[in-house]
Amino acid sequence: MASLIHQYGPVWGVWLGVGQILLVMITLLLSLAFLLLFDRKVWAAVMLRKGPNVVGPFGLLQSFADFFKFVFKEIIVPAGANKTVFILAPWLTFTLAFAAWAVVPLAPGWVVSDINVGILYLFAISSLGVYGIIMGGWASNSKYPFLGALRSAAQMVSYEVSIGFVIITVLLLAGTLNLTEIVDNQRAGIWAWHAFAWPTIVIMLPMFVIFFVSALAETNRPPFDLPEAESELVAGYQVEYSSTPYLLFMIGEYLAITLMCAMMNILFLGGWHLPGGPVDNPFLGFLVFYAKLWVMFFLFAMVKALVPRYRYDQLMRLGWKIFLPTSLVAVVAVAAYVTFAAPQAGAGL
Amino acid sequence: MIAAIAFYALAAIAILSAFCVIAARNPVHSVLFLILTFFSAAGLFVLLGAEFLAMLLVVVYVGAVAVLFLFVVMMLDVDFAELKSGFLSYLPLGALVALAMFAELGLVSSAAVQAGQGRAAIPLSDVDPGVTNAEAIGRVLYTDYLVVFQLAGMVLFLAMIGAIVLTLRERPGVRRQDVSAQVGRRRSEGVELKDVKPGQGLGVEG
Amino acid sequence: MIALDQPFLWNVHWAAPELILAGFALGAVVIGAWGKDKAAGFLSGLGAIAFATAGVLAFLWSPELPQYLFNGALVVDGFSGLAKAMLGLSAAATLLIGADYFAATRQARFEFPIMTGLAALGMFVMVSANDLITLYVGLELQSLAAYVMAAWRRDDVRSSEAGIKYFVLGAIASGLLLFGASYIYGFTGSVRFDAIAAAAPTSEVGLLFGLVLVICALAFKMSAAPFHMWTPDVYEGAPTPVTAFFAAAPKLAAIALLARVLYAPFDGLTEQWRQVIFALSALSMTIGSIAALMQTNLKRLMAYSSVANVGFALMALAAGGQQGAATAIVYMAIYLPTTIGIFALVLALRRGGLHVETIDDLAGLGARHPFAAALFTILLFSIAGIPPLAGFFGKLIVFRAAVDAGAVWLAVVGAICAVIAAAYYLRVLSAIWFKPPAEPVQQAGGAALATAAVASALIFPILVIGLGTLERWATLAASTSF
Repeated sequence: MASLIHQYGPVWGVWLGVGQILLVMITLLLSLAFLLLFDRKVWAAVMLRKGPNVVGPFGLLQSFADFFKFVFKEIIVPAGANKTVFILAPWLTFTLAFAAWAVVPLAPGWVVSDINVGILYLFAISSLGVYGIIMGGWASNSKYPFLGALRSAAQMVSYEVSIGFVIITVLLLAGTLNLTEIVDNQRAGIWAWHAFAWPTIVIMLPMFVIFFVSALAETNRPPFDLPEAESELVAGYQVEYSSTPYLLFMIGEYLAITLMCAMMNILFLGGWHLPGGPVDNPFLGFLVFYAKLWVMFFLFAMVKALVPRYRYDQLMRLGWKIFLPTSLVAVVAVAAYVTFAAPQAGAGL
Repeated sequence: MIAAIAFYALAAIAILSAFCVIAARNPVHSVLFLILTFFSAAGLFVLLGAEFLAMLLVVVYVGAVAVLFLFVVMMLDVDFAELKSGFLSYLPLGALVALAMFAELGLVSSAAVQAGQGRAAIPLSDVDPGVTNAEAIGRVLYTDYLVVFQLAGMVLFLAMIGAIVLTLRERPGVRRQDVSAQVGRRRSEGVELKDVKPGQGLGVEG
Repeated sequence: MIALDQPFLWNVHWAAPELILAGFALGAVVIGAWGKDKAAGFLSGLGAIAFATAGVLAFLWSPELPQYLFNGALVVDGFSGLAKAMLGLSAAATLLIGADYFAATRQARFEFPIMTGLAALGMFVMVSANDLITLYVGLELQSLAAYVMAAWRRDDVRSSEAGIKYFVLGAIASGLLLFGASYIYGFTGSVRFDAIAAAAPTSEVGLLFGLVLVICALAFKMSAAPFHMWTPDVYEGAPTPVTAFFAAAPKLAAIALLARVLYAPFDGLTEQWRQVIFALSALSMTIGSIAALMQTNLKRLMAYSSVANVGFALMALAAGGQQGAATAIVYMAIYLPTTIGIFALVLALRRGGLHVETIDDLAGLGARHPFAAALFTILLFSIAGIPPLAGFFGKLIVFRAAVDAGAVWLAVVGAICAVIAAAYYLRVLSAIWFKPPAEPVQQAGGAALATAAVASALIFPILVIGLGTLERWATLAASTSF
């Protein structure tokens, strides 16, 4: 926005900035409506069902119907609930989920705020997502939500650690914290993408997998959806929520998933660059980025459909005893590679 | 001008929420206000141009430390009303000590200022603007303060071992999952085929 | 900030003792992780060797001129070498006398040598600190290890109480230290001691305020009155080998650190801080001597005795300059083996299967185990300051330093307190030699008894004869360091 103010003056610059923000938000919300439907369709297809197919052609308008249903319901706050925190929690989830997108570059030059520490900002905001859940669970003043919130807090804090280390490996390779520069470091085609570049593919492909699995845990997606495990906790931290607050939670959750897809895209899969080579046209770049986002989301949906839920101790074991040491070793290995063996050794931080 | 407004807004929020941390009746609210304080402090760092520090503050303090605080405080079953019942009886003495401390601080500061000893503000950094935040911190941390950095690592190492020593108990008779044993199990170890004749059973008494 | 291509680790070999300690701690964790608590005995032995090696190495290999490591964060000189030798040996002695105790009380866990090693590392850093941040980190490393060690018997209520009490009060002291340090930094614009010395004018209110806060925090760590309240409870609650450790090494480290803080950066403010040290010293001696008269528990008695002894060491520090540093370190060199020896004897003796706790538990020791009783007599006579034992000469040089500094009144207070203190040491001795035993005292613990014997030998013939040499070393060390 700073550059807009410089370019168009304080009044028009600010309005243009707000317009940019609104544009990103609307795009996201519209995409989300169809991603939700896509999720349900994939899930249904795996189970040999049809999925939502009544509202609109092929059920395309199902999400909008759901939206209006939620919005027009009455907001119920339980009698024993801590009202302020109860209402604050879904808003926090919703707001944070959008705030993260402020630094995500969607195409060459298409980014609301191109800050120097973009990746750290993303990491910081995504690590705050836990607050919505833990506050909501506590404020409900009920057993199942509280247990769900506690599970979720422990789970998200645990997996954040390995996500952090995986991000560090990418930072070491890219030598920058700026997201646009990280993407441009992979412009030379699929063999320059961080997940596939030779010889670091030996380390980075496993790191990509670790990131993907940790992202599932971080967003409370199956097979790690223990905070809302219906067989044990009814619906976890969301039990007492209904109508719009519930909707905000759902939007926040799906936005967080989309954000994780975008992060994998940026960090490992070359962002808006095509496998064959660089893309410098913003419109084409956006389409490539968007397509990759959907592919990643398809993976998320397939995991949900295929993999049975983990037990809680297995989840913790996986996070602390396998992912953490592995990613730690990877950080050391990548750092050694960058220092001693990389073509432009010393180009990193 | 905008920077000045932002500074005063953030500073005011930081101080107010810090006050609420100690004034709030509900400890969970205290932690939430603490988080707000951290957030405002991070905002102040951004205003100073130290965006790397700001992000680290959010990641480490808000994203990890405060979550654990919240975790612990929510699970505590302490009657805080009872805990605070002694508050009034200690208040006069506590207030007196606080007042004395405050007066001393004021005296020292004013004496120092009067004697002309207040130094001009030391510039925050003399790093050239071409160097990013992270790089500037890295350069100082791994050169001038290398030994302190390493020793801080030893302090954390010690804290980890200390916490384990004081809390870990090896209880006898607890069955733990052994994944490699589970995976390494063969069919022959787990299944035994018996040829049972009709009407006889295996001779196991129920 | 220095250029990245400049080799700034060129003189890192002077930090070899610290590296040995850190290496031991890290290696011991790996050994312990495989060997579990069965490795405790082995690690204790290895730790004792490592600590003693680190200490002796620091002394024998100390540079002639001060060496500034890591861009001046640490300084290695004769003074730190001498202090580290004593610290290393006391830490090693703690492990030796503790092995039997922990085995007997089923508290033998492999983490104990690691904790001791990290505490020793913290103390080594403290005596070598050359800036406020290193000072703080070293102090925290030592204190944090001490909190855990105090609560080592976690199923014992008194031990847990000791740990909690020490931790809470220690945290407040650390807060004071940081507050004071921020004042010093604010008024001088630097955390490095030499830069502070250069920037500090002779009298500046704010700077002095910060300095007093730092002195208060360090007085807490060395348990000088009026910051001694935690001492009896913590000493009583902590396991006895840990108490022996607390009574010896951290005090020396805090005294040496105080010498560094007072002499290097605040030389110009001597007249101001000297008043504070005088007050701390007089109060510690008085309170330590008088309060001990009422004690029946041996560990509480030694706690107050340690408060009084810190008072004497502070009296030496108040002299200022090279004489102050040299005298304080000689005094501590005599105090350390004495107190470790006494604790070793306490650990070596049992009554009815339990370790002795009170003065009455020692009744009849003289008739049954004359050797142990004789060792007790030597050690207690020395700490009471009765000639011709080393403790007497220690007090003598401290009084000389006080008189040289023009504080005759303080020397007089010290002499009176020494006389009062002699009364309670004699009370212990009368129980040992003249009281009829209720139940026979058993003698166990070979290593502990041997340590006590070595300590007694050290303070009676060796140190008395070698006192001249020790003083020469200390003076030489102080003259090159300050």
